[in-house]
Amino acid sequence: MMRWIAIVALAIGVAGTAAWGYKEHQEKNAILIQAENTYQRAFHELTYNIDLMHDKIGTAIAMNSRERLSPQLAEIWRLTSDSLSNVGQLPLTLLPFNKTEEFLSNIGEFTYRTAIRDLKKDPLSDKELETLENLYTQAGEIKDELRQVQHTAMENNLRWMDVQLALATEDEQADNTIIDGFKTVEKKIEGFSEGNVDSSISGTSSEDHQYENIDGKEISEEKALEYSKGIFNIKQTQDLRITGTGDGADIPLYSISYEDENKSAYLDLTQKGGHPITLLVDRPVNNKTISLNEGYKKAEEYIQKHDFENMELLNSSEYGNIGIYTFIYNQNGVRVFADAIEVKVALDNGDILGLTANNYFLNHHKRDIPEPTLSSKEARDFVNPSVGIQEEFLAVITNDLGEEVLTYEFLGILGDDTYRIFINAMDGTEEKVEKLNGKEINYAGI
Amino acid sequence: MRIKKYIFIIIICLVAIGLQETYNPKEVDAFTNQIIQRGSVGDDVIELQARLQYIGYYKGKIDGVFGWGTYWSLRNFQKDFGLDIDGLAGLKTRQKLVDASKFDGKWVHTQIAQGNDFTYYGGTPLSQQTKSKKGTSGKSGTGGSKAAPQQGTQQGSQGQGAQNQGGQSQNTDNNTAATPERNTAAVNVPQGFSQNDIELMANAVYGESRGEPYEGQVAVAAVILNRVESSSFPNTVAGVIFEPRAFTAVADGQIWLTPNEKAKEAVLDAINGWDPTGNAIYYFNPDTATSSWIWGRPQIKRIGKHIFCK
Repeated sequence: MMRWIAIVALAIGVAGTAAWGYKEHQEKNAILIQAENTYQRAFHELTYNIDLMHDKIGTAIAMNSRERLSPQLAEIWRLTSDSLSNVGQLPLTLLPFNKTEEFLSNIGEFTYRTAIRDLKKDPLSDKELETLENLYTQAGEIKDELRQVQHTAMENNLRWMDVQLALATEDEQADNTIIDGFKTVEKKIEGFSEGNVDSSISGTSSEDHQYENIDGKEISEEKALEYSKGIFNIKQTQDLRITGTGDGADIPLYSISYEDENKSAYLDLTQKGGHPITLLVDRPVNNKTISLNEGYKKAEEYIQKHDFENMELLNSSEYGNIGIYTFIYNQNGVRVFADAIEVKVALDNGDILGLTANNYFLNHHKRDIPEPTLSSKEARDFVNPSVGIQEEFLAVITNDLGEEVLTYEFLGILGDDTYRIFINAMDGTEEKVEKLNGKEINYAGI
Repeated sequence: MRIKKYIFIIIICLVAIGLQETYNPKEVDAFTNQIIQRGSVGDDVIELQARLQYIGYYKGKIDGVFGWGTYWSLRNFQKDFGLDIDGLAGLKTRQKLVDASKFDGKWVHTQIAQGNDFTYYGGTPLSQQTKSKKGTSGKSGTGGSKAAPQQGTQQGSQGQGAQNQGGQSQNTDNNTAATPERNTAAVNVPQGFSQNDIELMANAVYGESRGEPYEGQVAVAAVILNRVESSSFPNTVAGVIFEPRAFTAVADGQIWLTPNEKAKEAVLDAINGWDPTGNAIYYFNPDTATSSWIWGRPQIKRIGKHIFCK
C-alpha cells in the first residue's frame, strides 16, 4: 500500500516537474524568438533603407532643376537617420562597424546642410554634385553587399542570436556569414572615406579641431605635482599619483589623483604649459550655509586666481548643496559662447569642488570680431514679433554649419517660456533659437 | 479587566496620534540675508515668487526654483520701483518687495507640501486660489485610518508591544511624508535633460562602475554622452545605453540596481561638461576584456580599473 502511494506521489512529482520544465522551456524560447525578431527587423529594415537611400540619391542626381532638390535631400537625410538607428539596434558594438556609421552620418550631414540651404539663391555647385554622384556609387556598393548578406542569411536561416554568441566568444567568429558580410561592408567603406576627404562632407563639427589655446613650456612631473598640491589644498606631494596620457589623447595631459579617508581629488593638467583642464573633488557636502550668490563670488575669485580673464557668468544652478556656474568669455562686450568654463562649488563652506576648462582651451583664441552691419533695431525686425524681447547682447556663436558668426543675442518671452534667439549681425539670418528650460517639476515629491 | 483598560487607552492614544496633522510647516516668514540669484532653490525663492505674485508681477507657479520666469518678473519689479535692474534679489530689492506685498508663509508652504495647485495673488481670498490634486482628503485622514486596524489585529496577543508597533508605523508614516523632501515643487535640471534621463544614466553608471573612484564614474557618464555626440553611435542617451552588447551592466541586468547619490552627482557633472576621459568613446577593464579589437583602439588614459580609448 505504502509503496503504491509513494510511487504515485513520485510519478505526479516527475510529471509535474516535466510539465513545469516544458513550460519554462517554452517561455525561454518565446523570449529568444522575440529578441531574435527584433534583431531581424532592424537588419531587414537597414537593408531596405539603404536600398531606398541609394534610389533617392540617384533620383536627386537625375533631377533637372538643382533648385528643387530640397525635398529629395531631406528624404535622404531621413533615411540615413533611420538606417543609423537600425544599426544601433544590432548587436555589432564589438564589431568594427564605425566607418559605416560614420559614412551614413556624413551623407546625412551633407544632405541636411544642402537641404536647408536656399537652393534657389545658392544651388548645388558642381563639386557638390560630384560628391553626390560619388555617394551614389558608394551607397550602391554597400547596398549590394548588404543585400548579399541578407540573401545568405535568409537562405541558410542564419540567426542573429548566433551572431551575438559568436561575437561574445570571439575565437570562433571566423566563419559566421553575417559577421563576415558586415566586415566586408566596413572594408569597402574604409576605402571610400579616403576618397571623400576632399569633398565638403567631412569634418565640420565644431568639436573636432585642435586645441587653440595651449601655450607655454612643457612642464615636468615634479612641477605638475607641486601645482596640484596647491589646488588640492594638501601639504605633501607623496600622496599624489601621477600618470600621463596614451597616444589616443588629443593633447598630452598629466592626470593627478589623491585620496584620503574623506576626500578624493582628480586633476588633468596639460603637459604643455600646465593648464588645468578638469578638476574634480569628491567629499561629503554638509548642509547649505552659503547662498548660490556667495558661491558665485567664490567661483569668480577662483577663476581669476587661475588666470581666466574677462569671464562673465552665463548660468548658475543649485543642485542640492552644490552650486554649478557657467562662465563664458567676454571680448570687449561680445559674449563668446564657445569659450566656456564650468565651476562647481560646495555650498557648505564654499570650497571649489570642480572646474572644467576643456571648451575654453579648445576654442579660445584672439578673435577679430567685425563691427556688426545691422543695428540692434534692424536685427530686432528679424525676430518673431510675438516674442517680447527682454535683454540683448552681442555674441559670437558656432552655427549649424560649424562656423563662428557674430550675432545679436536676444532673450525674450513667448507665452510662459523664455527663448534665446541669435540673429546674425551681418545679414539677419536667424542662426539659432533655443528654448530655455533648466527646471522641471519635482517628480520625486509627488 | 485591567488589561482591557490598558488596551482601550492604547487604542485611544493611537487614534489620537493618527488624527494629528502629520505635516507641520516650518516657520518661514522672512527672507534670510542671502542675495537670491537665478538658479537658486529653496524657501527664499518661494517667498520671492509668492511676494512677486501677490503684487501681480509673477504669473508662473510658485515652485521654489528661481528660473527665467521669476527672473523677468523680478526685473520688471525692479524697473517699476526704480531699483537697479540686475535680476538679483539683494537687500534693497527685498526690502522694497516686503513693503509692497504680504506673505503667508505657513499657508504657502502647506500648499507646496500637499502638492496643491495654487496661486497667491493679492486681493483674492486664499481659499479660492487653491485646488487639491489628490481630492480633499488630507494626510491626517489616511494616517488615522491606517493606524486603527493595524493595532486592532495586534492588540490581543501583544498588549504593550502593540503600542510600540503602532507608534513605529506612525513614525514611518511621518517619515515617508518627509523623505521626498518636497520643500520645493520643482528642481533645477541641466538644459535639455530631464530628471528621468539623469536617473537612467545614473543607473547605467552605477551598474558599470560603482566600485570606481568618483572621477571614474564621471568618466563613464562622459563616455555615454560622447557616444550620443559621436556620429557612429545612436543619438539619444537611451539608444546608447541599450545598444545591444554596448554595456555589460545592461546585458547582465545590473543596470536595474538602485543607484546611489554619488552616481547621480557624477552624471550631473558629466552633463554639465566635466569629461575626465578626454573625449573617449570606449572603455574597458583590462583584466576582463575578451575582445582583442578593443585593445587596438588608441588609448587615452586609465582611470581606476578602466582604460579609456578613442
